[in-house]
Amino acid sequence: MAENAAVDRRTLLAYLVAAPTLTVAVRVGADTWAPEAAAATPEAPAATPAAAPAALPDLLPDLGDVLILAGAPTAHLLTLEIAEDGTVRFGLPRAEVGQGLTTAVAMLIAEELDAPLDRVRVRLDDARPELLFNQLTGSSNSVRSLHRPVRAAAAAARARLVATAARQWSLDAADLSTKGGAVHAPDGRTLSYARLTARAAAPRTEKAPEAPLKSAAEQRVVGRPTNRIDARAIVTGRQEYALDLDIPGAEPAVVRRPPTVNGTVEKVHNTADVRAMSGVLDVVEIPTGVAVVAKTFGQALAGQAALRVDWGAGTVDDLSHEDIKAKLRKAAPGFLPPLLVEHIDAEYDFAPVSHAPLETNSAVADVRADRATVWTAAQSPIAARAAVAKAVGLPAARVDFHVVQAGGSFGRRLFFDAAVEAAQVSKASGRPVRLMWTRVDDMRHGRMRPPTHHKLRVTHTRGKPLSLQHRVASVETDVGHGVGDAITAGLTELPGGNETLAQTMFRLSMRSPYALGATAQTLTELPLKLHTGSWRSVYSGTARAAEEMFLDEVAAELGADPVAFRRERLKNDAQRKVLDAATGDWGRELPAGYAQGVGFHEEYKSRAAFLVELDARDPKKPRVTRAVIAVDVGRAVNPRGVEAQMLGGLTDGIATALRAGLHFDKGLPLEGSYSQFHYARQKDSPTDVRVHIVESGDADAEPGGVGELGVPAAVAAVGNAYARATGTRPRSFPLHFDVDFEPFPR
Amino acid sequence: MPAQTFTVNGEKVTVDAPDDLPLLWVLRDLLGIRGPKYGCGIDVCKACTSHLDGEAFNPCAVPVAEVAGREVTTIEGLADGDTLHPVQEAWLEQDVAQCGYCQAGQIMAAVALLKRTKNPTDAEIDAIANVCRCGTYFRIREAIKVAAARVG
Ligand code: FES
Ligand code: FES
Repeated sequence: MAENAAVDRRTLLAYLVAAPTLTVAVRVGADTWAPEAAAATPEAPAATPAAAPAALPDLLPDLGDVLILAGAPTAHLLTLEIAEDGTVRFGLPRAEVGQGLTTAVAMLIAEELDAPLDRVRVRLDDARPELLFNQLTGSSNSVRSLHRPVRAAAAAARARLVATAARQWSLDAADLSTKGGAVHAPDGRTLSYARLTARAAAPRTEKAPEAPLKSAAEQRVVGRPTNRIDARAIVTGRQEYALDLDIPGAEPAVVRRPPTVNGTVEKVHNTADVRAMSGVLDVVEIPTGVAVVAKTFGQALAGQAALRVDWGAGTVDDLSHEDIKAKLRKAAPGFLPPLLVEHIDAEYDFAPVSHAPLETNSAVADVRADRATVWTAAQSPIAARAAVAKAVGLPAARVDFHVVQAGGSFGRRLFFDAAVEAAQVSKASGRPVRLMWTRVDDMRHGRMRPPTHHKLRVTHTRGKPLSLQHRVASVETDVGHGVGDAITAGLTELPGGNETLAQTMFRLSMRSPYALGATAQTLTELPLKLHTGSWRSVYSGTARAAEEMFLDEVAAELGADPVAFRRERLKNDAQRKVLDAATGDWGRELPAGYAQGVGFHEEYKSRAAFLVELDARDPKKPRVTRAVIAVDVGRAVNPRGVEAQMLGGLTDGIATALRAGLHFDKGLPLEGSYSQFHYARQKDSPTDVRVHIVESGDADAEPGGVGELGVPAAVAAVGNAYARATGTRPRSFPLHFDVDFEPFPR
Repeated sequence: MPAQTFTVNGEKVTVDAPDDLPLLWVLRDLLGIRGPKYGCGIDVCKACTSHLDGEAFNPCAVPVAEVAGREVTTIEGLADGDTLHPVQEAWLEQDVAQCGYCQAGQIMAAVALLKRTKNPTDAEIDAIANVCRCGTYFRIREAIKVAAARVG
C-alpha cells in the first residue's frame, strides 16, 4: 500500500490552463486515484454464511472507494484560479449542507499555496454534466475523494508563482519561499500572488511542472482547529439559502398535497375562488399536487389550505406502522437451533425517521420557452438537472442548475423533487417561482430512513464466540438517481458481481470491527413504495447500532464487561486506541438511576467510540447528561469540523434512540412538525461533552470520512446506557414512541 | 389593503398587507429581510425567532397588525454596523454553526435570555426550545456561557 501511495503522489498531474490569470486544472488517472480500492479484493459476499472473517478489513473497499473510482476519470476538471486581487477561487463540485466541506477545502488550498485562509473563496459548482460521477455528495466521501486533486492544484499554482518570481528577480526558484500569499526572496524582497498572477498565467494549456505536496509534518493549516469560513455570514443572517436569493420576479409558491403518499389529483373544486383570494396570483396543477402562487408565502399558504381537491389513491394507502413492522419481522429469516454449540439471540426494530433538515425542501425556478434556470440545494445536481429538463420538456443543455448551500440535509438533498416541482409550476404559471414545502409536507411527503428489523445471533462454546449472524430486513432504500448510477459505474472497476445495487451497497458498508468468528450480515429488502432515502449512512445507522447493542447483551451473557469484551475482540490497535480514549471514565461512580453506555463504529476509513452517561431516574424521561467521544479519522483536515460532526452524530443518536420517529398510518406519516416528530432539543442534550481526536500515529494517514461516522455508535451508547440504568433492554426504537399529539388534518 | 406601520431594525416602515398576514412573510417577502427563517410556521421550531420590543417572539405566528407602532429587531439588526453583538462574537469563537439555518433564531433567543438573566443556569438554557437539526446544542450552550461571562 505504501508503495502504491508513493507512486500515486508522483503521478498526480496538473495543467496550467490558458487564461488571463493563473489557472490550474488537475488531472488524476483512475488507476492511481485510489490505490487502496484498486488494489484490494472485495470480500466474499456477505450472503455466503461460511465467509471467513477478512484478515485485513481496513484494506477492503467500501462505498466511498467505489464512488471515488467512479469519479476518478473526470477529476482533472477541477480548477483553481488566482485572481488579480489575490483571492484564490475554487469551484467545488459538491454540496455544502453544514458538514463544513467548504472550510476543509479552503484549508487544503491555503496550506499547499501558502495563502491566507481568508483569501480563499470556495464556490459551489453549478451542475456540470461533464463531471459524470464526480459531482455527488454522499457516503462521507467528499474530503476523501477531493483532498489529493485539490492539493495538487494548489501545489502546482504555488510552483508556478515561485518560478515566475524567480524569473523576474533572476534568482534560483529553490532559494525562494512562500508565505502569506506572497513569494519571498532571501534578501527580503517580496512579490504578492496578486501581482504575480497575470505574469504567471499560461499562454497555452500545458502540463504543470511537478510540484511535491507538503508532508503532514510541514502542514500548518491542515490539522489546526479552524472555524467555518461562512460563520460570520451565518451569525449576521447574511448566509443565503435557496429561498433567500433575490431572483427578480420570483413569486412564492406552495403545493397542496394528497392525503396519502403518492396520491394523485383528480379534481380541483374551487380554483376560481382560490385565485380570487388576497395576494393569490395563480393556481396550477402539477403531477404531485396543486400549486398556489401568491405575492407572499403567507398568502400562498392560505390559498393552499382553502383548496378543495378530490384525490386519487396513493401507492401504500392500506399500510400502517404495525403492518410494516410485522412484514419486516417476517421478511428477516429466522434462525434454526444450532447443533452442539450454545447461542445468544436478539431482535431489534427501528421506526422510520424523517430527515427533517431545518430548511424545508425548496427551490427557485425560472422556466422560459427556450431555457430554464434553477437554484436549489442538491447533492446530485447532474441527475437533478436532467430531471428538471425532462419535466419541462427542454434539452438538458438548456437548463442552468445552480447549487445553493443547504440548511441541512442528512441525505435528503440527494432528491430533487422541489427543483422539479418549482420548474413545473414556473412553466405552468409562466413566471419565476420560489417554491417551498411546508414543514407538514416535508415530514409527511418527504423522505424517511426506512424502517428495519434485525435478527442477531452469536454462537459460542465455553464463552468463546464462534460466529456472528445478522439478518437485516429493511423497506427498500431509494438511493436516488445519481448515486445508483455512480456505484454501478464504480463497480465496473472492481471485481464483484452481478448482485443487486442494494446488496452491493450493503456489502460495501457493513463490516464488523470485531473478531467474533465467522461473520455473516445479510439484507432482505421489502419492496414497499414509501418515500425512503439514506439517512446519514445507508445501513449502518440502524444495522451497526443493533450490533453494538447486541454486543452488550452477548458480553453480559458471557459474564464479561462490555468495554473489556469489546477491547478483547477488536481487530487492531488503532481501534483499541479509540475505544480506550473514550472509556477512561468507564465504571466511574454515578448516582442511582444513572448509567454509562458505550458504542463503537468503524467505517469510511475512520473509527469512533462514544461513551454516554444517562439519567434514567425517571425511565420515561431519560436524559443524556454527559458524553465522551473519541475519533480517529486518519488525517483530520479540520479537527474543529470533525468535532462538530461528532456532536451532530451524538444528537442524532440521542434523538433517534429515545424519541424521534415517524408513525406511518394508512398511507401517510402522522407526524407533521417538530412538536410531533421529537427531534432532540437543548433540554435533551448533555451539558458536558468532550471530543478527543485520536491520532492514528501514521504520519502519512489519509483523511477518512466523518459525516456519518458518529451515528451508529451514538445510538448504541444511548441504548446500552438505558438498558444498564433501568435493567430493561430496549428492543424497539425510538424507545419512547407514543402518539402524544393530535395529528394535523390530511 | 391596509397600510401597516412599524419599526424594523431601527427604521420605520409602512407596507400594504392584510391585517392577518403573519409578520414573517411581511419581513421576508415584502421587505426582503430574510435573516428570520421559516421552519414550521406554527411557533414550534423557533427558526424565525426575532425580538418585539426587545423580547424574543416568533413572527411566523404573529399577524402583522399586532406589531403596529412597535419595534421589531431581526438578526440583521443585532450588530452595530461592523461591530458584532457579544453573543454573535461568542458564536464565532465557539464555531457554533453547522448548516446555520437555525442559528439566527438561536442567537436571538440567547440574546433575549441574557437580557432577562445575566448568568443563566443550565436549566434556563434548556428552556430555549429552538430546534437545531444539525445538533449543535452543546456549542450553543457553551457560547451562551462565554457571552454571559463577558457581558455579565
Ligand atoms: S417558523 Fe416560526 S417558529 Fe417555526
Ligand atoms: S446549524 Fe443546522 S439546524 Fe442548527
